[in-house]
Amino acid sequence: MRITCPYCGERDRREFYYRGAAVDLERPAPDAGEDAWNDFVYLRDNPAGVTRELWCHEGGCGAWIVVTRNTVTHEILGSQLASEVKR
Amino acid sequence: MRFSGLRVLKEGLTGNKGWTPHWRDPEPKSEYDIVIIGGGGHGLSTAFYLAKEHGLTNVAVLEKGYIGGGNVGRNTTVVRANYFLPGNSEFYSHSLKLWEGLEEELNYNVMHSQRGLINLFHSDGQRDDAARRGNMMISQGDDAILLGRDELREMLPYLNYDDLRFPLYGGLYHPRGGTARHDAVAWGYARGADQRGVDMIQNCEVTGIDIENGVVRGVQTSRGPIRAKKVAMVAAGRSGQVAAMAGMRLPIESHILQAFVTEGLKPCIDHVVTFGMGHFYISQSDKGGLVFGGDLDFYASYAARGNLPTVESVMEAGMALMPMIGKAQVLRSWGGIMDMSPDGSPIIDKTDIEGLYLNCGWNYGGFKAVPGSGNVFAHLIATDRYHENATGFQLDRFRTGRGIIDEEGKGSQHNLH
Amino acid sequence: MRIEGKGLIDRSETVPFVFDGVRYTGFRGDTLASALLANEQRLMGRSFKYHRPRGVLTAGSEEPNALVTVGEGAAQNPNVRATMQEIYPELSARSQNRWPSLNFDLMSINDLAAPFLGAGFYYKTFMWPKSFWEKLYEPVIRRAAGLGALSGADNVDKYESAYAFCDLLVIGAGPAGLMAALVAARAGADVILADENARMGGRLLSETYAVDGKPGHVWADEVLSQLEAMENVRLMTRTTIAGAYDQGTFAALERFGHHTEHRPSGAPLETYWRIVAKRSVLAAGALERPVAFRDNDRPGIMTAGAVRAYLNRWGVSPGRNVSIFGNTDDIHRTARDLLDAGVHVAAVIDSRHDAPLSNEYEVLRGAQVCGSTGRKGLEAITVRRASGEERIHTDCLAMTGGWNPSVHLTCHMNGRPTWNRDIEAFVPTPGAIPGMITAGACNGSFSTVSCLRDGIEAAKSSLAELGLKAPKTPVPDAEDDPYNISQLWAVPGTGRAWLDFQNDVTVKDVKQAATENFRSVEHMKRYTTQGMATDQGKNSNVAALAVLADATGRGIPETGTTTFRPPYSPIAIAALGAGAEGSAFKPQRFTTSHPASLKRNAPMIEAGLWYRPSYFSKDGETTWRQSCDREVNMVRQAVGICDVSTLGKIDIQGPDAGAFLDFVYTNMFSTLKVGRTRYGLMLREDGYVMDDGTTARLGETHYLMTTTTAAAGEVMKHLEFVHQGLRPDLDVTFTSVTEHWAQFAVAGPKSRELLSALLDTPLDDENWPFMACGPVSVLGVQGRLFRISFSGEHAYEIAVPARYGANLFDILTERAEALGGGLYGMEALNVLRIEKGFITHAEIHGRTTAYDIGMGRMVSQKKDCIGKTMSERPGLEEAGRERLVGLKPIGESKELLAGAHLYNEEAEPVRTNDQGYLTSVCYSPTMETMLGLAFLADGPDRYGEIVKMVDHLRDVTTLCEVVNPVFFDPEGGRVRG
Repeated sequence: MRITCPYCGERDRREFYYRGAAVDLERPAPDAGEDAWNDFVYLRDNPAGVTRELWCHEGGCGAWIVVTRNTVTHEILGSQLASEVKR
Repeated sequence: MRFSGLRVLKEGLTGNKGWTPHWRDPEPKSEYDIVIIGGGGHGLSTAFYLAKEHGLTNVAVLEKGYIGGGNVGRNTTVVRANYFLPGNSEFYSHSLKLWEGLEEELNYNVMHSQRGLINLFHSDGQRDDAARRGNMMISQGDDAILLGRDELREMLPYLNYDDLRFPLYGGLYHPRGGTARHDAVAWGYARGADQRGVDMIQNCEVTGIDIENGVVRGVQTSRGPIRAKKVAMVAAGRSGQVAAMAGMRLPIESHILQAFVTEGLKPCIDHVVTFGMGHFYISQSDKGGLVFGGDLDFYASYAARGNLPTVESVMEAGMALMPMIGKAQVLRSWGGIMDMSPDGSPIIDKTDIEGLYLNCGWNYGGFKAVPGSGNVFAHLIATDRYHENATGFQLDRFRTGRGIIDEEGKGSQHNLH
Repeated sequence: MRIEGKGLIDRSETVPFVFDGVRYTGFRGDTLASALLANEQRLMGRSFKYHRPRGVLTAGSEEPNALVTVGEGAAQNPNVRATMQEIYPELSARSQNRWPSLNFDLMSINDLAAPFLGAGFYYKTFMWPKSFWEKLYEPVIRRAAGLGALSGADNVDKYESAYAFCDLLVIGAGPAGLMAALVAARAGADVILADENARMGGRLLSETYAVDGKPGHVWADEVLSQLEAMENVRLMTRTTIAGAYDQGTFAALERFGHHTEHRPSGAPLETYWRIVAKRSVLAAGALERPVAFRDNDRPGIMTAGAVRAYLNRWGVSPGRNVSIFGNTDDIHRTARDLLDAGVHVAAVIDSRHDAPLSNEYEVLRGAQVCGSTGRKGLEAITVRRASGEERIHTDCLAMTGGWNPSVHLTCHMNGRPTWNRDIEAFVPTPGAIPGMITAGACNGSFSTVSCLRDGIEAAKSSLAELGLKAPKTPVPDAEDDPYNISQLWAVPGTGRAWLDFQNDVTVKDVKQAATENFRSVEHMKRYTTQGMATDQGKNSNVAALAVLADATGRGIPETGTTTFRPPYSPIAIAALGAGAEGSAFKPQRFTTSHPASLKRNAPMIEAGLWYRPSYFSKDGETTWRQSCDREVNMVRQAVGICDVSTLGKIDIQGPDAGAFLDFVYTNMFSTLKVGRTRYGLMLREDGYVMDDGTTARLGETHYLMTTTTAAAGEVMKHLEFVHQGLRPDLDVTFTSVTEHWAQFAVAGPKSRELLSALLDTPLDDENWPFMACGPVSVLGVQGRLFRISFSGEHAYEIAVPARYGANLFDILTERAEALGGGLYGMEALNVLRIEKGFITHAEIHGRTTAYDIGMGRMVSQKKDCIGKTMSERPGLEEAGRERLVGLKPIGESKELLAGAHLYNEEAEPVRTNDQGYLTSVCYSPTMETMLGLAFLADGPDRYGEIVKMVDHLRDVTTLCEVVNPVFFDPEGGRVRG
């Protein structure tokens, strides 16, 4: 498996650390309530198909990236810096 | 038909012409008391115990492919009860006891082999953790023996005692741990359920769950609608999609776990050995193949196949730990879809929808739980009360933080287990 | 029988070799199988279940029968295909799975019991009495099962792993692959051409066709020499592409050393390759199918393609009197080749009623072979014709049921092959592997000219996608013979007709499985073990599913195939795991003081990937405890030195560094004064403790965080995530500087005295109070000093750039010894911290909360931080949780054990009465007793209570008093003194 880092280009999966669904970027306010926090930390769409997820180019530039990927075919459809998605 | 050595002899003498189907392939009826979504190990054992222990036989198991075609037909066959946290401990103990009577109960040889399982440890700290675990196993009524390095060496002389990167300090030995013939478990439960009147409907994909005013009414399937008073979701790696049909989001992410088998070899590994530091575990099948695996590939996937980095890290761990297996040739690799829960422990619960039940989150450890899971889930479906050995698997533990069962101590967040 | 004038072997070099203790000779270029056949040794193996005598079925890696063990002792390789093993002088091979000998195998008694050992018999029996499974049945089955044996000795051969990259990977070097590689190479693409055989050319080596007016093998050699001369081409012979993975990644195995007695020194036996290819062409050819008929498994019965291969490539006729049976025009190709070589053809049996006739030999049209005789080798076949059955004497039967394209790799990413009625076989489904094009026989193109054409077209398409221009390439002249298959899977009749030769699965077994409702192809496979042998069904799956389709009244496409999984052919674990043997399994990290510790004979123990000294033994000390006790006393009474460089160090800079730290720690850091250090607690977002450590404020916008040794990498990633993913608005950067600084603890009442002598400015309480930090000059080197303590003593940690570490360590050691102190190791460090109730990862083991470890009040209520909201879930901070306490033994037993559990004094020690467990224990020379840290239900509310420690495993029960975990100097006077 090979993943494209926005800084470094296509690299082997061995260079990356996987974190999970990109909902991790959408941290609720501390007082958003139990449901919002349960959703954020625990509940997942877990789609069979296209998903957005967080990877870290740990063995390279250290960038956290949002990868769009198909969980059925493993096709990589795009990647963006998490910091840019967030801004 | 009752299976026995005598029966095999008689059929052999008469040309093996008398064998009959192990289960029927009935047409789905328009209505059942209970519909079970998922004909894997857990779904089949749930059906069996509903029929056997609760007399509920107007039950259908709906399977989109062939029964036993999920993780029960694609695993490394380890059976054990070496958990140490409340919730898990009593449940797996219960499950192992069911295993120990399974051949008799099913009249099917599932080849449950209590050859013993050894968890290796490599430091004083890990020995302390193993001791904590072993003490809990004993206090639960199960068995555990703490092996020092010398005792370990006597038992497993083929491990690398010379220059292993993480030296062997000893192992936690669980004599009643072992393996079983995975497919036979599915078939035995299917046959047992069928004999008691349960309908196993293969090639029947559930496409919708009918809910009216918060009460479940039945399911839509590729073979037409089926009404049901109760619906049980037991879809393992596909749990997320099934639950979505009921408008639910689950604390589950689906991942790949790969496993491997070598060509047949004369007996060389007599136990199940696990090497936690290397994420590696191994046993030898009765047919002679070394059956082994390691950690997840670590990315969400429904592909049921993995990639090379994990293949290599598993093989590297094998070579580091037991260099004598180097000449064994890997015959086949495969991947299963694991329903990973945040704390690494399962969910067996009712849902907010009346009549809709959930059994999922088995992570990479569902096989050993097949008898126990079906047994306690049948109890829940039949009585609407938690089984005494399965009170800890409730869905709201994440919301409340009460009773989180993080056996590995990695956290109760996704992708840490 | 060797045939003069035939074959591509080197007849100038005679090669002696040994099989089952008997010496034979062959020629360079022979395989073990061809050489044994040349010596008229037909019996080469025994089947798995019934131990039936078996000879070769094929001439390739798919061979199911002729599996042997090569070599001796630790270097022995089991399950080697005799068809792939090239011979070399003194090659020693032996048969397997037989006792006492291949010729006389006692286990063949199983064959007599076959009626009772049919499909799935073991699921129905061996259940009584219950205890006999593990004691009797299973051991007997295990001993009888298995093929070859491992030596039991550690692997001694060298294996390697490597990476390769290319524009185009061409898999298979037959006519299609050679053309594809040639066209792509001429266009300038970086090409890898891989073939599992010792010699490239594919079927061109085994057939007698001409290509471009030359013998096929000559044409292939010419193409290969052109390719060899090109710098952009890498030819990989003896290399199997074993698996197709995501984004153009392939697994490959190159066999370097199995074929020669002259392996260059240092060269590996095998190399496992990971090949990343932008595009690929699969030209893997096709595999021939046997026909199922009664007793079709006798030595001497093999595929027709194998007979031609032995004849044309190796100059061996597998028999003197050969008959031919099948359902395609290949029959006639086989007959012609045999007759041309002067081999007698006993009979040509063609199941097709409209089969072509010949004027050279008689063709039995519409006839079928329905049986055979000859226990250890074929003696005769029975042929069924409309006119009746006839027995024909023959010593070799060449059979063909048609060819199966090698679709395997196209299915490795969940692709399913498509049924093609014209050739009665599965062909690849286009697009099954992104970037892969299939060509030649694996694509269902069976004539040589269509293979050549396919190869050119596949290269052209790949080149277009790579943005390269394909040179104009004409298709060479070659045969374009018809194939003309008519279905023939199993000849009807009684008796056993073999499908899966190795696993002994017969047509009857498949039918019985269907009767028992194992009708799904996956059920049938699993119930009968069809296709689960070492060939993974390459020889038998299609026929078996055709039989199943027939038995269940479905078509073949509806019945479907089982799943093709990597590897294409088996790969040694040693190859896939190359490089990880012994200590090479994971990196080793060493501190700058490592050599000095070794010099003092300190046992080094693992701490994550690091090594740290356990203790430093002095003269007269015979146990670790003596050394440890001395070191603890030394720190408490004088001064001790300990290398603490392994703790993670993260340099954090930027105007928002303080605000950032406030967000990742539970407590405040923006308010920390420059020149001060603070203990920080970090949570995961789920509210549990993730890590702890001290963080120093070195400047207004400059902090230095320390982490625990094991969690350094995890924390670094966490900080980057929180910054990039949650708070990119904060202006802050992180650099891991763990390796940049050597850091030493100087602990004990004389620590100030020791350090003052080394520093430019002496230390005092005013400028260097507890928790102060700042730059210092140590013997002229710019370093950093932190007045922090993990021992409860007046202590410092001094850091210098790593290049000065070894020197400083020696100097510190010398000075400490002069003051009555010295070095201390991990054992003493552990005792010192337990005496003070300080926690490590034994306590913050992933399941503990700030509340559990008595730090609930460290979660600041003035701000948000990672994990704060979830840490306030009721379950994480309510009564009943197991919380940190200290334990002291008070009864007769004075022994404490980590991992033991706690119970109320009178309670039975069973799970339902469990009250907690011990995480850390030590003998405290300071308190002169054992001490324990434990988690106890509502622990801090129970100081003074008596609880019972029970260790079932080691049979120890100790009564303990529950106490405050800070056993020593609870007021903390010493650390400030």
